[in-house]
This record gives sequence, structure tokens and C-alpha cells, in this order.
Amino acid sequence: MTAIDDMTEGRDSEPLGEVGAESPAMPEVVFDVEELSVYYGEFQAVQDASLKVHENEITAFIGPSGCGKTTLLRCFNRMNDLIETAKVTGSLRYHGVDLYDSKVDAVEVRRRIGMVFQKPNPFPKSIRANVAYGPRVAGLAKKGPVMDDIVENSLRKAALWDEVKDRLDDNALGLSGGQQQRLCIARAIATDPDVLLMDEPCSALDPIATTRIEELMHGLKDDYSIVIVTHNMQQAARVSDRTAFFSVNVNPDSDNRTGILVEYDSTQQIFSNPSDERTENYVTGRFG
Amino acid sequence: METPDPVPGALSLAALAGSPRRVRRERLISRVMFCAALVSVVVSALIIYALFSEAWIFMRDVDWSSTWGELGWFPRRGIYDMPTLLVASLWTTLIAMIVAAPLGMGAAIYLSEYARPTHRAILKPILEILAGIPSVVLGFFALLWLAPNVVAHIGGEGGRGSMLTAGIGVGILTVPLVASISEDAMAAVPKSLREASAGLGARNAVTTLRVVLPAAVSGLVASLIVAVSRALGETMVVFMAGGAADAVIRTYSPYDGSLTMPSAMASLASGTDQVVGEGLTFQSLFFVGLVLFLLTLGLNLIGDRFVTRVREQY
Repeated sequence: MTAIDDMTEGRDSEPLGEVGAESPAMPEVVFDVEELSVYYGEFQAVQDASLKVHENEITAFIGPSGCGKTTLLRCFNRMNDLIETAKVTGSLRYHGVDLYDSKVDAVEVRRRIGMVFQKPNPFPKSIRANVAYGPRVAGLAKKGPVMDDIVENSLRKAALWDEVKDRLDDNALGLSGGQQQRLCIARAIATDPDVLLMDEPCSALDPIATTRIEELMHGLKDDYSIVIVTHNMQQAARVSDRTAFFSVNVNPDSDNRTGILVEYDSTQQIFSNPSDERTENYVTGRFG
Repeated sequence: METPDPVPGALSLAALAGSPRRVRRERLISRVMFCAALVSVVVSALIIYALFSEAWIFMRDVDWSSTWGELGWFPRRGIYDMPTLLVASLWTTLIAMIVAAPLGMGAAIYLSEYARPTHRAILKPILEILAGIPSVVLGFFALLWLAPNVVAHIGGEGGRGSMLTAGIGVGILTVPLVASISEDAMAAVPKSLREASAGLGARNAVTTLRVVLPAAVSGLVASLIVAVSRALGETMVVFMAGGAADAVIRTYSPYDGSLTMPSAMASLASGTDQVVGEGLTFQSLFFVGLVLFLLTLGLNLIGDRFVTRVREQY
């Protein structure tokens, strides 16, 4: 465990910098983001974001549309690499290793850092094949009892096993939206990642399915560090330990909208006693 | 009860009836378009009728022993050995597919999964230009360039046409067809599936092989079926580079020249202003056409059946 002295670090002149949480026994840092900026071509999507994501916690990114929260999330597993024009500056350390070092292979990163997407996107294959995809690709297991165990454990952790155990070979697209999203969580868990990134995982789901996913996240916290992007403030308040509030800076000359990290603190602090006026306006519903 | 006086400015039926002239014009347009659509149906029916009626005369009058197990294809002497043409058609189509399937699919995979937008913008139009080359030009290319420069190095003779030369030529002809249909099928696979795969730590090649290709399989099979149909029916390239005139002895070697079904028809129908020879020579042309027609029809039906069975829905 590394104790991080948030109170003295990075405080001097950076108004948008990290505002750490005050709990004395700080869990280990998984992601250490410093002055991270993301560009799509000429357009700057995120400007100078700095924050630390801690182990076995749920960290929520909230903010209005276009504030760069999804863009930042997609830096954590180098998903932005898939976009031709994307460029990242600043530093993003994962357990101390610079993720954007030229020696780092994005494929290795993604095996350790799983992702759940906004819209459930199961493969048009059987339920079993969906869960088995990651382990098979990573060479963890092929078929047989080892794979069966992985499939069962992953589906159990995703609270889906009881609903699908009798139809593992049915097409995953026959599941309901909420079941599909839990399948996607099971699929991400199956590669035994260290972190789960969730990009608005409930935005396409009804309230009941949303509740199930939220309950699930509480259970998953023991094994994984979770970063969740959400539009839904109540969701952030319900599930997360820490919350980062993002906002948009509009450049008056070019009309470019750049996302900035306004405030990052314990979720309780953000929702009850935010230090920035913009955060307060947002969480009290006066803006956004 | 007395009907109330119409309120001034109230809606009347006449106001909603519309302009009779416009309604008539709309009906006329609809009929003209229907006729245009009908013409293509009528023409198709006429083709089938013409094919069947002449082929029927052949089938009724021919000595069937002359269509199977003879020395070769000598239609002007009343010898119509079908295996000669079938073997040649099979060889050229097979060779064409050996060329077109990997090249076409490979090009499609590159364009859809690997190419940067700038490379794509150059490559795709070139592929489309290749698709527009007249087959007679490709026939020349096959005979004058492929034969001496390619076929001569893989065991054939460079100085003349052969089924191998024709097959490679037809293969080149169908590469753009396979590439374009396959690429469309792969482009239709949702981006979210590629992201899901990448997010699980799959490399591009794995994503292509395990996610994109299975999801696009219907289009891939369709591209091959269309290409086989095209290769079976291709006339000019085989006519020019196939290495045989209007009659040929049956051969099983792709290094020899031979006649496929369409090239046999073309050579029968060309040369003189009319087909002369035995009584049924003219009708044999229709018979071969009918066999070709039924073959491609059957192929398409099997293809459809296969496509619906293995398709992964998304």
C-alpha cells in the first residue's frame, strides 16, 4: 500500500488539479492521471485532467454531455487507439507504469482492464461463446472443464448464471437488454481483469435492470476497481466511493468545447459539500 | 331531426377530393412504371421460353448416346459430348475461384479492417476500375501476357491458350466482384462488435477472424456464389484464351485447351452468319444454354439455403 499525500501534492497553482479525498488509510492507486489532455485532430476533447483512481473502489465520472468523461475513460484501456486521429498528452500511470509508453502493447492493457459499453454489445454467438471469447483469445483456456468453470464463475459473478444456466448454447441476442448487459459484464470478468471500465452501462436499460446492475457493481467492488461514466447523478451517488465532476469550457473564439475536470473528491463530499460552485450547480440540478 | 344548415366555411367533400387532374396523372405515372417493371419480367419469360422451346426440340430428337461418352464436342458432326464441356467449365471455374477467393477476400479484409482512410480512398476506386474492364480486354491480357509470363512458369505452354490461362483470366475478372460484395458485408458488421472484441484484448486479426467474418458470412458466401455464377457464364475470356476453336476432344488436363459451355455456344454462334452442320447443331446451342441456366439457378438456390442456415444475426 502506498500512502498518498494528497493534501500537499499538486496543490500549488493548478485550479483544475486533483482534489484528493481525506481518508487516512488510502488504498493503493490503480490509475494516476496527471495533466492528461486528449485531442481528436485539432480538436481538444479533454484538457489537463489529473486524478487518482484507487483499488477496490468505484470511481464515478459525472458531468454534462460533451465534457470528455467517456473520452478520458477510453484512455484507461487505450480504446482511443482505435480512432485514427486521437492523440494523448500528459501522463497516465497504471500501477506505476506509463500506459502510453511506446513499449506498451494496447492489447496487453485491455486484457487487464476490461470494458463494458454503453449499449449492450454481445457477439451474435452463444452465451457460452460470448463469455469464453476473452479467455480463448488470451490463451487462458480452450474448451473442456477449465473453460466451463470460467464461464460459470463469470456468469455467477455477473448475477446471470441462474437465468441462463440451462441455455448456455442459445444465441446471446435472445436475452433481454438487462441480461445482455450483465452478459457483457460476465464477458469482461472472464479475462480476469484488474479493473472494469463502464461507459454509461445502464443508459440503454430500464430502471429494474439498472437496479440489478448497480447491486452487481457493489458486489464486484471486492474483486475489481471500477470506473463508471454516468449521466445519472443519482446513480453516481448510489454506487460510487469517489466522484469526478467534469464540465465544458467553450472557447469563445473557435466555439470549441473542451472537457475539464472541475472537482474530484469522495462522493459524499461532492454531493453534500462541493467546493466548486459549478459542481454545486450541477449536483443540485441548476445546470446540465 | 332536421339537418342543420351548413356552417359557412365548413369542410365539404369537394375540398378533400383533390384535383382530378393530379389524381389522374398520378395514376398514369403508376401505370407507366408498372409497365416498365413488367417488360423485364416479360423479357425474362421470353428468354426462358426461347431457351426451352429450342432445347426441347434437341432433347426430343437427339440420339442421347451422342451426348455422353463420346470422343469430344463436335456439334457440326452430330457429336455433343456434354462431359467435355462440363469438365472444361469445372476446371476454369475452379481455377478462377482459386485465384479470386483469396485475392478478393484478402482485398476486402484489408479495405474493411486494416486500411487507413487514405489508402482506402486510393485502393477502392482502382478495384472498381478493374471491375469495369471489358472482358474482351481481359481475354487479350490472358492470352498475350498471362500465358507466356505466368502459365508458362507453372507447367503450361506460353504460346497458346488453355483452360488454366482462361481460368486465371476469369479469376482476375471476378476478384473485384468478390472483394466488393465481401467488403460490403464486412462493413455492415456493427462497430460495437469490433470494440467489444478489442476491449477483451483481441488483436485485429483475431477480431476479423472470430467476430467480423462469422457475422458477415452470409455476404461472403453470396460473394462466392455470385463469382461462381459469373465464372460459369463468362464467355469472352474463355473464348479467347481457352485454347480451342469450335470443336474439341475431351480432355481432363487444365493445361490443354478446351471449350466451356458458354464458349462452346459462342463459337457455334460465331464465325459464319448461320450455324450450319447436322440437323440439331443449332438446337444444341440452346440445350447447352439450358444446362448452364439450370446449373446457375441451382447454385443460387443452394447458396440461399446455406446463407439462411449459417448466418449469425445481429
